[in-house]
Amino acid sequence: MSDSTLAAHDAHAEHEHPPYQRHHFETMEQQVDATGFAMWLFLLTEIMFFGGLFTAYLIYRNWYYPAFVAGSHQLNIVWGTLNTGVLISSSFTMAMGVWSAETRRKTALVLWLVATLVLGLAFLGIKTIEYSEKIEKHHVPGIHYSIKSFTDPQSDPEVYNLYHDKALPLDMARHTEMYFGLYFAMTGMHALHMIIGIAILSFMIFRARAGAYTTGHVTFVENFGLYWHFVDIVWIFLFPLLYLISRHG
Amino acid sequence: MDHISPVLWHFLIKWLTNFQLYPPEASKIAPQMDALYFFMVLVSLIGMTIVVLLLTSFSILYSKKRHPVAVQIEGSTMLEATWTIIPLGLFLIMFVWGALIYFRVYTPPANAMNIYVVGKQWMWKAEHPGGQHEINALHIPTGRPVQLTLISQDVFHSFSIPAFRVKREAIPGRYTSVWFEATEVGTYHLFCTQYCGTNHSAMIGDIVVLSPDDYKKWLNQSTNGMSLSQNGERLFASLSCSACHNGRPDARGPSLAGVYGTKLTLTNGQTTLADEAYLREAILNPSEHVTQGFSPIMPTYQGQISEDGVISLVEYIKGLNSNDRIEQTLNTTTLLPDGEGKAPSAVKKAAAGPTSATQGMVKQ
Amino acid sequence: MSTIVSLPDQSTATIPKVNFITKEHGILSWLLTGDHKRIAMLYLASITFFFAIGGALAGLIRLELLTPQSDLMATDTYNKVFTMHGVVMIFLFLVPSVPATLGNFLIPLMIGAKDLALPKINLLSWYLYVAGGILVLYTMAAGGVDTGWTFTVPLSTHYLNTNVLSTGIAIFIAGFSSIFTGLNFIVTIHKMRAPGMTWFRLPLFVWAHYAASILMVLGTPVLAIALVLVILERTMGIGVFDPLKGGDPILFQHLFWFYSHPAVYIMILPGMGVISEVISTFSRKRVFGYTAVAFSSVAIAVFGFFVWEHHMFIMGVSTYSTLVFSLLTMLVAVPSAIKIFNWTFTLYKGSITFETPMLYAFGFMGLFTIGGLTGVFLGTTGTDIHLTETYFIVAHFHFVMVGGMLMAFLSGIHFWWPKMTGRMYPEKISQLAALITFIGFNFTFFPQFILGTLGMPRRYAAYPAEFQVLNVFSTAGATILGVGYLLPILYLTWSLKYGEIAGSNPWQATGLEWQVQSPPLTENFAEIPIVDHDAYDYEWLEKKHEREAVTIVG
Repeated sequence: MSDSTLAAHDAHAEHEHPPYQRHHFETMEQQVDATGFAMWLFLLTEIMFFGGLFTAYLIYRNWYYPAFVAGSHQLNIVWGTLNTGVLISSSFTMAMGVWSAETRRKTALVLWLVATLVLGLAFLGIKTIEYSEKIEKHHVPGIHYSIKSFTDPQSDPEVYNLYHDKALPLDMARHTEMYFGLYFAMTGMHALHMIIGIAILSFMIFRARAGAYTTGHVTFVENFGLYWHFVDIVWIFLFPLLYLISRHG
Repeated sequence: MDHISPVLWHFLIKWLTNFQLYPPEASKIAPQMDALYFFMVLVSLIGMTIVVLLLTSFSILYSKKRHPVAVQIEGSTMLEATWTIIPLGLFLIMFVWGALIYFRVYTPPANAMNIYVVGKQWMWKAEHPGGQHEINALHIPTGRPVQLTLISQDVFHSFSIPAFRVKREAIPGRYTSVWFEATEVGTYHLFCTQYCGTNHSAMIGDIVVLSPDDYKKWLNQSTNGMSLSQNGERLFASLSCSACHNGRPDARGPSLAGVYGTKLTLTNGQTTLADEAYLREAILNPSEHVTQGFSPIMPTYQGQISEDGVISLVEYIKGLNSNDRIEQTLNTTTLLPDGEGKAPSAVKKAAAGPTSATQGMVKQ
Repeated sequence: MSTIVSLPDQSTATIPKVNFITKEHGILSWLLTGDHKRIAMLYLASITFFFAIGGALAGLIRLELLTPQSDLMATDTYNKVFTMHGVVMIFLFLVPSVPATLGNFLIPLMIGAKDLALPKINLLSWYLYVAGGILVLYTMAAGGVDTGWTFTVPLSTHYLNTNVLSTGIAIFIAGFSSIFTGLNFIVTIHKMRAPGMTWFRLPLFVWAHYAASILMVLGTPVLAIALVLVILERTMGIGVFDPLKGGDPILFQHLFWFYSHPAVYIMILPGMGVISEVISTFSRKRVFGYTAVAFSSVAIAVFGFFVWEHHMFIMGVSTYSTLVFSLLTMLVAVPSAIKIFNWTFTLYKGSITFETPMLYAFGFMGLFTIGGLTGVFLGTTGTDIHLTETYFIVAHFHFVMVGGMLMAFLSGIHFWWPKMTGRMYPEKISQLAALITFIGFNFTFFPQFILGTLGMPRRYAAYPAEFQVLNVFSTAGATILGVGYLLPILYLTWSLKYGEIAGSNPWQATGLEWQVQSPPLTENFAEIPIVDHDAYDYEWLEKKHEREAVTIVG
C-alpha cells in the first residue's frame, strides 16, 4: 500500500475471473451476496412505500366502515379472483424461469419469461376492464364522482341483486369516494410496479435470447424474480383488503 | 460620535431603549412558562460554558507546541456514564416540568368563558357567547379564564398570543381548544403562525385585555341584539331540526334538552361524551353518530351550514334545558321568513335544508 | 504509549501520473462512469450549484426582512422564495451533501473496497438527483411554488394555484436518488469490507453513514407515498387529506414527519462522522470512547424514527401521545450530548494543531451544541407551545443544519480536498474563511432566537416594526456569512490548478484512504489491504513509517 502503485494493474490480471464478475468484487460469491442483499433492502423500501397506503386504508376503513363495505361490493369478485390466479401463475412461471436459468436451459428460460410477460399483460388487461367499469359508473373520485349506487342501490341492479345493500345515508355515501380514492391509489401504485416489471421483463427476454443468463450468471434473473414475487405479494394483501374483507354481510 | 451616521445612531438608540428578551407576561401561565424557559436557558448556558471551557483549555494545554506527543486513551466508562446520566436526568426534569405546563395550557377549567374562533384565509373571526362578532381582534377581561374553541374554515391556521405564551392550531374539520387567564390590561399581538398562503403575514390582530368593568361596557356596545344561542335557535327552527328533535314521545330524533356533557350510547355500541366536537360531527356526519334506539334518518348538513352556523347551533344545544320553546315554535308557526335578514352570514343555504331532509328520509 | 509524527516533505511529492482523474478523458468518461470517486465529484459540482441557488434565495429572504413592510417583493413572491429556498436546500443540498460527495468518495476507500457494491445504481442515483434538480429549476422558471417545503395539506392540495405537481415529482425523484445512495452504502458496508476490517475497526465516519443510510432506506419511501397522495389529491381529488370528504389532514402530517424528522438525522449524522475523523486526526489521538460514539449514531437512527409527533404538539393530537413523543425526544437528545463530550475529551492529552478542517470542527461543536440544546426547548411540550412556529424554530434548525451540517461539510471538504484532488487548499485564507463563516453565522441566526422568544412568527413577509432591529442584525450577519461561503468556492477552484501538491497523507491520518496515493487510482487499491489494526491507531501509523524508512534505506 505505498504510493508507487503504477505496477499495480498487473496484479489484478493474474486471477482468472468469470467474464460476468464485476471488477470491484473480489469473488463471485461476494458479488452474488451483495446484489441479493441489495434487492432485499430495496424490497424493504417498497414495504415502507406501500405501508403508508395500507396505514391510510386501515384508518379510514375503521372510521367509515359502512362506506368501505358498500364500496368493496362494487368490485367485481370474478375479475379479482381471476387476476389473483393470473398473478400467482405468473409467480410460478417466474420461479420456473429462474430455475431454467440456474440449470442453464436457454429455450426454457425464454419460454418461461415470455409466459410471465403474457400473464403480466393479462393482469393489466383485466385491471383495465375493471377500471373502465368504474369509469362508466362514475366511481372515479373527482368532479364526476357519483354516489347514486350507494344512496339508491336499486339503481345498480347488478350489485344490488348480489348483496341487497341498504341505502347509505348521504354523509356516509359521500365517504365511498374515499374508498375509491384509496382503491385507485393502491391498485394504481401496484399496476405501476407491474408496468415497470414488464418493461424490465421485456429487456430480459431480449437478453435471454442472446444467452445472457444461461452461462451460470443468474443474479439478475434471480433478483428480478424477487421483485416480481414481491409485487405479487402486495396484490395478495390488496385483494382481500379491497375485495374480500367485506363479503360476509 | 459624528463619524457614525445619524441613521445608524438613531437606530441603536431606539434599539437599546426598547430592547427586550422576552414578551410581556400578561397571562397566568406566562410566568410559569417563563420559569421553565429560563431554567432551560440556564442549563444550556452551563452546558455551553462547560463545553467551551473544555475546548479552549484543552486547545491551549494540549496544542502541539506545548504537548508534542499525544497520549493514546481508549475512553473512560466512568466519564462516559457521567455525561450520559447527567444530561438524561436534566432532560427528564424538563420533560416532566414541560408536560405539567402543557397539560395546564390545554385543559380548560370548567368555569371558563367560551369564545369561538374561526380561522379563514386570512382573518380571524371571534364569536362571543353574547353574539358579539370580532374580526382580527379579541376583547377579553382580566381575571377570568377564557377558553377558545378554534376551527378553521379552509387550511391550517395557528392562533398565537406570545404575551400569553399560548398557541393552538385551528384545523379544518375539527375543534381544538386552548385557554388562558389574562392578568394585565393592555393590547397584545395576535399572530397566525401556521403558514396559510399568500397573506399569511397579514393574518394578525390585537388581543385587547380590558378590566372586567370595561369589558362589560364593551360587551354592551358591541352587541348586535342576538346572542349566539338565539341565532342557533333560529337556525334550529329554519333547518327544521325541531321536526324531529322536539322531545315528543313519537319524535324521530332524540331530545336534545340537557344532552350536552352527558354520555351517549351510539347504535354501534360505543359510548361517547356529547361535547362540542361531538355535536358538530353529529350535525355534519349524522349517520356515524346515531344514538341508540334511533334510525339513521337524519340528513347531513355538510356544505349547507357555515362553521359559524354550526357554532350557533352547538351553542344553542349546549344551553338547551327543556323542549318547551321548541314545542311553542312548532305550534305557532313553521318558519320565520323575516328572521333571515338578521344574520344572513350564518345561513348559507337554509332554503336547501328541508329539500335535502326529504331526500335523506326517503329510505329507512 | 506515545506517538511522534513527522510530516513528510511536501516539496518532493508529485501528483501520480495515473489516478482516477487522469485515467480517462472526455465528458462522456465522466457522465458514464461507474467510479464512485468520479460520481462523488459529479455530485460535488451539482450540489455546489444548487447550494448557490439556495443561498441566493436566502439572500433575497434576508433582504426582504430588512424592513417591516413587504416592499422588496410582494407577499406571494416572498412565499415562493422561502419555499424554493427550503426545497433546494433540504432536498438538493443538505440531504445529499456529505453522503453523496464525501461518503461516496470515501466509504469504499475507508473499508478497503474497490468501489461501492452497485456502481451503476450509484450513477443512476446521480442522474435521478439531476432529474429532480432540473424539475426544481423548471418549477422556478415556471413561476415557482408557495406551499412551504412542508407541503401542508389542504393548503397544498386545494388552495394554491402554483406548481405543486412539478415540485412534488421533483422531490419524489430526488428521494429515490437518496434511497439508492443509502441502499448502496448499507450493502457496501455489509459486504465489501476488506479482510480484517471488522465492524469495530470501521472509522466512525462509516458508522455514521451506516446509521444515516438506514434512515434513508426506511424513511424516504414514506415521504414518497405522502407526495404521491398529495399529487393524487390535487389531480383526482381522492379525498384522503380533504376534510370536506372526510379525509384527515393530520394523517398527512404524520406521514410527512415520519420521513422529515428522520431526514434531519439523515442530514446531521454524516456530518458527525466527518467531525469524528477531523477531531481525531488533528489531535493525533484516537476518538475517546469509540464504541459509545459508534453506538450513539445507531441509537440516533433508531430513536429518530419514533419522535416525529413532536412537530405536531400544538395540532390537537392526543395529549397522552405527546407525552410519549416528548419523552422519546429527550432520549434522542442524549446520544448527541454523548458525542459532543466524547469529541471534547478526544482533545484531552492530544497534540492539537489548528488547520482549517479543525477550525470548522470547533465551529461545529459550538454551534451544534446550541442547536441541540435549543432542540430540547422545542421537544419539551410546555415550552414548545410558545416557541414553535416562530423564529426560534428557524434559528434552531439553522444552528443544526447550517451551523452543524454545513460546518461539518466544509470541514470535510477541506480535510479530504488533498485526497480528492491531490492538491492542498491555501491554508491562511481558508482559516480566515472559517472565522468569517463562524462570525457571520452567529450574527445571522443568534438574533433569531430572541425574535422567536418575542413571538415573531416564521414565514412572515411583513412583521411588526418592533422586530426590525434584530432583523437588521440578522441580515447584516447574512452578508458576512455570504462572504464566508463565497471564499471557499473561489480558492478551492483556484487550488485545483495552483494548490500545493499534497502527497498521499498530508495530515498523517490513520484511515485507509490516507495510505493510498492522492488522487487515488480508479480501483482505489493496487492490492486489497489486510487490516490488522483498529481505527485511529496512530502507533500503527508510526510503525508503518518506520518500516517504510527501513525499506528505503535498505
